[in-house]
Parts: sequence; C-alpha cells; structure tokens
Amino acid sequence: MKSLLNAALAIVITCGLLWFAASKLEASGSAGGEGVLTVYNWGEYIDPALIDQFEEETGITVIYETFDSNEAMLTKIRQGGSAYDIAVPSEYTIETMIEEDLLIEIDHSKITNLQNIDPYFLDLPFDPKNKYSIPYFWGTVGIVYNPNKIPEHITFDSWDDLWDPALKNKVFLVDGAREVMGMGLNSLGYSLNSRDDSELREATEKLKQLNGNVKAIIGDEITPLMINNEAAVSLTFSGQAADMMGENEELDFAVPSEGSNLWFDNMVIPKTAQNIEGAHLFINFMLDAEVAAQNAEYVGYSIPNKAAWELLDKEVINDERFYPPEERRSNLEVYENLGLELLGIYNEYFLEFKMSLN
Amino acid sequence: MKFKSKASLIPYLLWVALFVIAPIGLILYYSMLDLNGDFTLANYQNFFTPAYLTMTLTSFWYAFLITFFTLVISYPTAYFLTKMKHKHLWLMLIIIPSWINLLLKTYAFIGIFGLYGPVNAIIEVFGFDPKQILFTDFSFVFVAVYIFIPFMIIPIFNALDKMNPSLIYASRDLGASAFTTFRRVIFPLTIEGVKSGIQVTFIPALSLFMITRLIAGNKVITLGTAIEQQFLVAQNWGMGSTIAVFLILIMFASMLFTRTKKKGGRA
Repeated sequence: MKSLLNAALAIVITCGLLWFAASKLEASGSAGGEGVLTVYNWGEYIDPALIDQFEEETGITVIYETFDSNEAMLTKIRQGGSAYDIAVPSEYTIETMIEEDLLIEIDHSKITNLQNIDPYFLDLPFDPKNKYSIPYFWGTVGIVYNPNKIPEHITFDSWDDLWDPALKNKVFLVDGAREVMGMGLNSLGYSLNSRDDSELREATEKLKQLNGNVKAIIGDEITPLMINNEAAVSLTFSGQAADMMGENEELDFAVPSEGSNLWFDNMVIPKTAQNIEGAHLFINFMLDAEVAAQNAEYVGYSIPNKAAWELLDKEVINDERFYPPEERRSNLEVYENLGLELLGIYNEYFLEFKMSLN
Repeated sequence: MKFKSKASLIPYLLWVALFVIAPIGLILYYSMLDLNGDFTLANYQNFFTPAYLTMTLTSFWYAFLITFFTLVISYPTAYFLTKMKHKHLWLMLIIIPSWINLLLKTYAFIGIFGLYGPVNAIIEVFGFDPKQILFTDFSFVFVAVYIFIPFMIIPIFNALDKMNPSLIYASRDLGASAFTTFRRVIFPLTIEGVKSGIQVTFIPALSLFMITRLIAGNKVITLGTAIEQQFLVAQNWGMGSTIAVFLILIMFASMLFTRTKKKGGRA
C-alpha cells in the first residue's frame, strides 16, 4: 500500500517538476534588469565582436538569444514571462505586434544616429513615423542560379524563365507559403498580397505547371546544397544568396522584373523589456556608421544605413543585385499582414501545389 | 485483498489519466475550435475535402510500403541472427545505429544520395550518368526503411529466439519440407513478434514529417507534414488537431487489425 502511495506521489511530483521546468524555460531571459540587456535576434545576424564592443563602451552585459522564425519569436513575447529588451522582427510581424500592443514607443531623442538611415527606409506603412521600430537589415526575394549549368537565354529577367523546359528537375523552392505563392502571383502580374481568391487560384494552377522543373521544396538546407551545385536554380532571400555566392563563385543572383518581395527587419523594444534605457543605447549603437558597416560585412545582408554605405566597398554598395536603386525598388512589394484566415488560405493553396508534385 | 488489488491500480490510472487521456482530450477539444477560439465543426468538414483525403491515402500507401520492405528485410535478418554463434553481439551491432539521433542520420543521407555523393560516384565508375536519387520517393522509402529496421528486428528476433527448436526437428522428422516447416511451424509461432514489429513501424511511419522535407523535398506529403504546417505556419491549431484526431483513429484501427487473437482449442 505504502509503495503504491509513493508511486502516486512520484507521478504528482514529476508533473510538478515538469511544470516548473516549463515555466522556467518560457521565462528565459528573465534575468534582465539594470546593467543587463537581453537581445532576441535571428541566428547569424550580428557580428559577435560588436556585442563585446557595446559591452565595453556602456558597461552593460548583453544576453544574446536567437530565434528562427517570426512566428516563434512572436509566440514567446506574446506569452509574457520573457524579458527581452530588443527583438528584430520582420515588417509584417511588427504590424501584428503594434496591433496587439506588444511594443514600447521608441524615444527618438535618444536615437541620435537615426539621421544615418536613408529616408527611403523610414516612415513606411507598417510603422508610420517609426514610432515603434528602427531599420536593421533589408533585402529582397529572388533567384540564385548557376549560369554555367543552364542555357544562356535564361537570365531570370522574368519569373516565367522558371517554367522553361530546359530547367527540368533543376529548381529548388523555399518551403514558405508566402514566398512561393508570392512568386506565382508576381509572375502573373498580380500583387503578392492578393486577397482575391480567383487570383490565388490562377497562381496555384500556374505553379502546378512547374511540376517537372521543381527538384525539391526545402528550408535552410538550400544554402549548402546550392554551394555543392546540387541544383542549378533556387528561389531564395537576397541575403542567403549572398552567403551562397561567398562560398560558390559560379553563382549569380537576379530579382525578376515583374516584381518581388521587399522585406525589412527592424529593431523593436517589446513591452516586457526590463532595461528600456539600455535598449535605446543599443539601437543607437547599431546605427553608428562604422558599427553598421562592420555588421554588414560580417552578416552579408543589405543595410539601410546611408552613412555606413560610404565606408563599405564600392563594389558591394554599387551591386544592383543586393542594393537595387530606388527606381528598381518601385515594383517590389512589402508583405502585408494578411491575418490568420487569409494566411490559412495561402497555406491550403501551397499545400495543394506541393501535393501536385511528383 | 480486494481493496489492495484495486488500490494497486491508482498509480497507473493516474498516469493514464494525465498522460494519455488528458492529451487526447485536449486534442479533441482544440479540433473543435476555429481561428477565433469559437466552437465549430468546420475543421472536420474541411478534412473531408479531396486534398486531405488524398493526403491520408498517400500517407497510408507510403506507411504500407515502408512497413512491407522493413518486414521483408527484417524477418530473414532476425532469422539468421538467431543462428549465429554470438547472436546477442550481432543484435547489439544492429541496434547501435538507432542510438544516433534521427536527424543526424537523415542529414548524412543528403550527402550520401547527393549528385556528387558516394552513391553517384559508384554509378559513374560503371559508366552511367549520375542519377537523381535524393528528393525522390525511392530515397524517402529507403531512408525510412533504414530507420525502422532495428525496431522491426527486435520483436521478431525475440519471438524466433524463444521458439523451441525441437518443434522444427519434429516437423522435419515427420517429412515436412523446409518451406512447409517455415510456413506451418516457424511463421505461425512467431506471428506475434511480426505483429508488434508492424505496429512499431506502421504507426510512426504514418506521421513521419522531417524526412518528407529533407529526403523527399516535400514531394511526398503526409499527414505529419500537414500537422506541422498547420501548427507552425498557419497557426491554425484547430485544423492541426483535427488531422491529429484522424491520425489517432487510423492508428487505433491498425492496432485492431494487428491485435493478438485469442487462441482457440487448437494447439
């Protein structure tokens, strides 16, 4: 009898411990407060030497944590219990966070380096007057390809080149509903934020004809596979393409002329922040021209920092593939927050497309 | 005495209630919620559309293929293992790879099957052009079979090992051929091992999802893929749970199908 009671007790205690551990895990980053700054950023998205430099200059200890999707980051901040002082979401997630009242207004008087940012990247529709967010990196979605492995007439000036029969079994797509559906919509001349069901339907039907050309739909594995020439062509983000091109010099990158996605990752201060003063210091520090230039060299994505452009290699900054001039940006679109219902519909269509592959 | 036997159930009941019934209850509850958290049966209606029904059939078909090939490879292997001198050592060697993380093994296959991987290098030595192996349904079934083999071998090995060898001698003495002996004596006596092997292979095979992306490049879509997408991307927990409910139902059905039948009077 006693041993049975013990067993029952053991189960209850195990549950209690699991509960405790789970709440502890969710509250990670809760060590925040004076003298400590918790930064929540994408993986491989900052030069670690800059964190050391910031710590030295300000005496603040930085706790650095990473996430791999906007959705994961959003869930953690929504649940509360965390104490992130800085997060770096993409524009459509910032829109959601403003709507859900998860962000603190940024005191522009403390961000003196804001003047370094090119005005093009300020006062955008997802955050008018930059009340809640400050630009960090930006980029596009396009096609990375190996010109030596495909016929010469294919230059990806148009999305339709992807449908060329010469690319049979040579194309990778990224496993993202917005990116792939957006590509289909753009190729038909529609907006990648389309809310029109007949347009989405048409885009799906067009995507299905891509069947023979698609080799695989995968995630971050695209980078090593493209470096190893496993496929000749891949839909990808500009920064990821820059990574690949650093390792495999045969590769080239193009953003088709019909239009594509333009994205921004901005720094924000979540409501849960414990060190608001430190967060402002950090944002201002990252906007410093020299710091931003060093960060851009390390990370490889494009920066919105005009003052830092002067410090970067002319070859980098004049590379229209990664720094498209303003007139070319006019046909790029920013993702709008479509809402869960429409996002679900995009996913259903994307699933339908995936199922048509074989 | 009676009281004691009932009380002895308490820890188990507690365990079952907390870790079996409660999670299934939660899945059922979530499956009846829409995006706004209101009660709805639309998710179930949505499941009976061609997309999800096809997906269920594909999952079923691939799980069947995987289980079939795993069995075809595992049964003879287990049989020869029992004949070995150091059988437990050999069994150990087969089991050890299952200690290695599944994802690591999967990533290894990306390298092995790649256009410039060792398999294609061998193909080229024989004068053929490199073949597309990775991102096909063949590579998907191959890797899945590789992963499940140890789990199928263990129960079959145990069943074969426990079998009384004198039954085989008796069968042969009475004039049965080797094949008849296998069909009428060995196989029926080890059928329980085969059934548990099928259960531990078929059920997880139904909901494989990482391999569908990494090895099949999303060209094979299973119910597992759909659940992952509903939870992580679409953030539609209701639909994700609904698919999970059907997965549980299918698993339950397959358990019934392979359950141990009560033996009659015949020995």
